[in-house]
Amino acid sequence: MTDRGGVVAAATGVAALTTEEPVGRPTGWWGMVLFVATEATLFACLLGSYFYLRFQFGPQWPPGGVDKPKLLIPLLMTAVLVPSSLPVIWAEHGIRRGRRGRLRAGLAATLVLGLGFLALLAVEYAENLKHFTMTTDVYGSLFYLITGFHGLHVLVGLTMIGWLLAASLRGGSFGSHRHERVRNAAIYWHFVDTVWVAILFTIYLSPRL
Amino acid sequence: MSTTTSTAPAVGRDDLARLAEHWAEPRSLRSWFTTVDHKRIGRRYLVTAAFFFVLAGLSALVMRTQLARPESGVVSPQEYNQLFTMHGTAMIFLFATPMLFGFGNFLVPLMIGSRDMAFPRLNAFGYWVFLFAGLFMWASLPFGAAPNNGWFAYAPLNQVQHNPGLHMDVYALGLLFLGISTTSGAINFIVTALKLRAPGMSLNRVPLFVWAIVATAFMVIFALPALNADNAMLFFDRRFGTHFFDPSGGGNVLLWQHLFWIFGHPDVYIIVLPALGIVSAVLPAFTRRGVVAYSLIVLSIVAIAIISFGVWVHHMFATGLPQLSYSFFSAASTVITIPSGIQIFAWLATMLLGRLVSRVPLLFVIGFIVTFVLGGFTGAMFALTAFDQQVTDSYFVVAHFHYVLIGGAVFPMLAGIYYWLPKITGRMYHEGLGRWAFWLAFTGMHVTFFPMHLTGLFGMPRRVYTYRSEPGWDGWNLVSTVGSYLLALGLLLVLVGVVHAVRRGRPAPADPWEGDSLEWSTASPPEPYNFPVIPRVRSLHPTWDARTAESTTTGATADRVLSDGRRTLFTSELDARTERAVAMPEPSYKPLVLAGALLVFFTAMLLAAYPIAVVAVLVVAATIAAWLWPPRRPDEELGVAS
Repeated sequence: MTDRGGVVAAATGVAALTTEEPVGRPTGWWGMVLFVATEATLFACLLGSYFYLRFQFGPQWPPGGVDKPKLLIPLLMTAVLVPSSLPVIWAEHGIRRGRRGRLRAGLAATLVLGLGFLALLAVEYAENLKHFTMTTDVYGSLFYLITGFHGLHVLVGLTMIGWLLAASLRGGSFGSHRHERVRNAAIYWHFVDTVWVAILFTIYLSPRL
Repeated sequence: MSTTTSTAPAVGRDDLARLAEHWAEPRSLRSWFTTVDHKRIGRRYLVTAAFFFVLAGLSALVMRTQLARPESGVVSPQEYNQLFTMHGTAMIFLFATPMLFGFGNFLVPLMIGSRDMAFPRLNAFGYWVFLFAGLFMWASLPFGAAPNNGWFAYAPLNQVQHNPGLHMDVYALGLLFLGISTTSGAINFIVTALKLRAPGMSLNRVPLFVWAIVATAFMVIFALPALNADNAMLFFDRRFGTHFFDPSGGGNVLLWQHLFWIFGHPDVYIIVLPALGIVSAVLPAFTRRGVVAYSLIVLSIVAIAIISFGVWVHHMFATGLPQLSYSFFSAASTVITIPSGIQIFAWLATMLLGRLVSRVPLLFVIGFIVTFVLGGFTGAMFALTAFDQQVTDSYFVVAHFHYVLIGGAVFPMLAGIYYWLPKITGRMYHEGLGRWAFWLAFTGMHVTFFPMHLTGLFGMPRRVYTYRSEPGWDGWNLVSTVGSYLLALGLLLVLVGVVHAVRRGRPAPADPWEGDSLEWSTASPPEPYNFPVIPRVRSLHPTWDARTAESTTTGATADRVLSDGRRTLFTSELDARTERAVAMPEPSYKPLVLAGALLVFFTAMLLAAYPIAVVAVLVVAATIAAWLWPPRRPDEELGVAS
């Protein structure tokens, strides 16, 4: 073995083995990560329930006369929501360097995209409610509970983003030394985005398999 | 230094005065509602949980009175249903976990050498939510609307067409409400244990009780969502006509059971693990040595926390699932006895190698080992599917889980109460009274529950409000009832002992037991700031260790005194290297307001007053927004570029 270079050497060298990881995370970061972990478990339980009820139900899914879900609107929703994490990342990187303008612009962009997602969700509901509701059968119950619960999370995330925007517009709130709240809200927003992808696969794509 | 009687000679009088000024909370009504001191909050958890324990215990006494004789009419079947449901629900959710969280709240910051929890205001919020959720659930009993479906609330009986009225709405909403408290408490424990340990307390020097609390908190994070999802779906089924558990709409009744036990089995360990942690914390003082096999016990705690997520189906061996899944869960249920066994043998070895000091806490620990092992033995029997199917839903099950929960949780809690009473109240308890309490509770417990193994094997089903004389269950039931009165008498003596200690007990020294963990190195009761000097920890038994002691006296440094503000230390997650001093929050009304708004929300949902619920949600959002609103700082301090 040579003593220079190489991934293995980098990972097993004295410096790597004596460096403590993770390190220096503030309490707020840990609190938000654990909160997201418990929230993610909640979504996992709901999506698990979806598959359990589906496979216990029988081969015909969705049951009754309900068509397989149409994909146009949900794919549009994905196209709006998933990229909405980018302006948050951009804003967070900005404020870490003390750039207040980038923080405000990024948050505003995310706010617009998130509101667009909720508007599309309303269109999607208006369309689906013509065919089935929450009380039609278990498929309707699952569809509206899971998408509604996620929509509620988007609303909470947007409230956080709007709250950050209001605080940053006031001034005197965030800077390169003080941006913990921005990072925590960003973690939550990324989580809301990621969960949507799992919902897209479960609610919209899996019945077509 | 001057010749004062200061606890730490190296800390000046002016330092102590400044600490007192920054941390003191005046004894006023305002301070009572706004406190964020983990010691006051911990005491409240203990007292409130004990209050719910008394209510749930009295429910049990009424049931035992009803069952003393065949075909008696002390209560109606409907009342009996509500009594056994509230007994189980309150004992599990409103007593066991909050009681242990109370110990954790009081002790974790003291044991790790910190001045408070990581999120003091969240801590206060968690207590208020627990109190309100408990009152929310118990308040339904006088209205005859208490949950009546058994504590695990199986479908389809929990559906509105089979069980009309508010009963199960109270259950679903009450547990969702309480879950907010449990989750916030769990997050707080984990972050506190990761970031606020005294410098030098690397992970291999963390007290076993703290390990147990942290493992429990992780289990809460990953187990409680299953119960919350279950209850949310139940409430939607009952109130808004969805069909999750309703086969006529394509739902499935077994989904309830799966989700309930995915939470429910970890919950058994959520209750037992911190109690086992109490045992590990109490033993060193009464065996005069550290607990044997520290690393193995830590590994056992972590192993139990993980394996407990893979055994839930052993609660469902009688539901007709595929045989293959029974085999898997049967095996997993057998495997989980190994880490529990490791802990038992470690404690036995500790007692064998140590020098026993026979005081009341040790008596309760020994009572715990005897009772818990018997309960564990019947537990291993349930892991065998064939046996389980024979005795399921009989009094054998009732006997088993009372052995596990009274033996495995209540006895350690009682050991903990006697052990830490001097630290919590600053007073010693009466030893003779404590011994009477132990022997009465221990005898009463076995006289009550041992005969239930027999009545169960004789075929008596659980949850029947009465029985006929023909099967020959009368005698054993009468024995159980007599035992339950003995047990109640023993527990009453515990209460008398605590009140006596608070009123008349002689003042306790800082370290009456010569214990090993950090809470014994500070005053009894501790000052609001806990430690005049945050210690530098040098070993697993810091209070027995001269070098750690020196770090708070002659070796005290200003970076661990931190008297210029309400401050404590952050250290690194694994090795507990000093990172920085941080300011801790001041007392606040906001936690109480937030919990009150949530109480309004859940009550409005229960009574279908949805506009009020919407207003309550807005108040909740506004309170959180104000709570976390960043203070205005000058640009130089913030670091703003443009």
